[in-house]
Amino acid sequence: MDIERKIVLPGEEISLEGMKQGNGIYHENGKYYSYTMGVIQTYNSYANIIPLAGKYYPVRNDRVIGKVIDIAPSFWIMDIRGPYPGFLHINDTPWKNLDQDLNKILRVGDTVFLKVNEITESRQTWLSLKDAGLRKLEGGHIIMVQPTKVSRIIGKGGSMVNTIKEATGVKVQLGQNGVVWLDGPAEKVMEVRKILRFIEKEAHTSGLTDRVKKILEESR
Amino acid sequence: MSKSADEIVYGLRREYLEKISAEGNRIDGRKFDETRQAVVNINFVPRAEGSAEVRLGDTRVLVGVKVEQGVPFPDTPNSGILTTNAEMLPMASPTFESGPPSEDAIELARVVDRGIRESKMIALDKLVIKEAEKVWVVFIDMHILDYDGNLIDACSLGAVAALLNAKVPASKIGAEDYPLPINHVPITITFAKIGSIMVADPNLEEEEVASARLSVATNENGDVVAMQKGLSGSITQQELFSAVDTSIKLGKDIRKRVLGR
Repeated sequence: MDIERKIVLPGEEISLEGMKQGNGIYHENGKYYSYTMGVIQTYNSYANIIPLAGKYYPVRNDRVIGKVIDIAPSFWIMDIRGPYPGFLHINDTPWKNLDQDLNKILRVGDTVFLKVNEITESRQTWLSLKDAGLRKLEGGHIIMVQPTKVSRIIGKGGSMVNTIKEATGVKVQLGQNGVVWLDGPAEKVMEVRKILRFIEKEAHTSGLTDRVKKILEESR
Repeated sequence: MSKSADEIVYGLRREYLEKISAEGNRIDGRKFDETRQAVVNINFVPRAEGSAEVRLGDTRVLVGVKVEQGVPFPDTPNSGILTTNAEMLPMASPTFESGPPSEDAIELARVVDRGIRESKMIALDKLVIKEAEKVWVVFIDMHILDYDGNLIDACSLGAVAALLNAKVPASKIGAEDYPLPINHVPITITFAKIGSIMVADPNLEEEEVASARLSVATNENGDVVAMQKGLSGSITQQELFSAVDTSIKLGKDIRKRVLGR
């Protein structure tokens, strides 16, 4: 990491130090500026600004947790906490029978672990259930976190989320859209919830995984 | 689409809350008859006759009391007037819309009003300036600043706290200002039914999945002064009686701990 992890404000000038212009940065009169309030991070020779807060913007191949909010003749309308609803067509699911009433497969209020299949030019978001691990979620609990903090909760190569899973034994499924599914005994789920809130609050600081480990050990 | 995406409850969240309440747990670790920490900040608005900001967990409301002169109703010439209004600001929750008051806002204002009116908290008969001509009108205005469940209790507590510290601005008519005459101190406790369990002071998640809701207002003598049942689910006789007992107990506690009475 060449550029220091520092918080920038909208319109603040950024020196890229040889990195390429990534997300959240705009270019004007030969200088680079930030779009949002966030933290600079570098990834594969790109400098990106990770916003401190914000809504979820779907990106292709993101894995998200969605909620059925309405049913159309051949597809479900899902809330993925984005600016627009997502659509899940019956052809993009493992279920075959087209004559079947869609209500019998997924009902309003059901929770599904999906991926973003395609985003059209008019910003229509098409979702899919056809990939490894994608399924309807049953049992467990749903909590919300800031979508911008999800990468921090996952940690480097999944280090953070694996630490939490190992220490508490709670099943954790993270959606890129900030929806987290937890399954396990009530007090353990509560503990994970507290830790997720802590990570959200401290996301911009360094050495977080070690601190989370410490908290988990202390609470045992 | 009749309901917005935020109003549709995650089905598994309901199942989960029903499951853990059957096991004796609550989502935030409280006991079934435990309320969240209430913080009351009185005289929050210095220019109002009385005001209070209440934080109940993450729920935050602001209550203002205004006392002005008005004409009494023809059928009650010997009584002051009490008016209650609730405002659910869109900034408090994604499910609150601007525009005319929603059904929920009207219910909230009426339940708070009922608790205060039926407990005879304010001695309205002492608010007469000139019989049948001029009386003091007490306006209670409630603003929801942040919504995390149980607005009824937060608003009732705020309204009571604001009234307890309110002044009648009699200096405007050539007399001296005096504190609003108070008879009783009602406290409202709301319960939500999750599965077959009644939980006191539900938070937003519990409120969302509740099948029934019951609000009980009691005064300092342990008398039930007002009640409101909400939502479509049912409540058994036993649940009703135990809710009343719990609300008397919690009411005493809040009166002493939060209001210092």
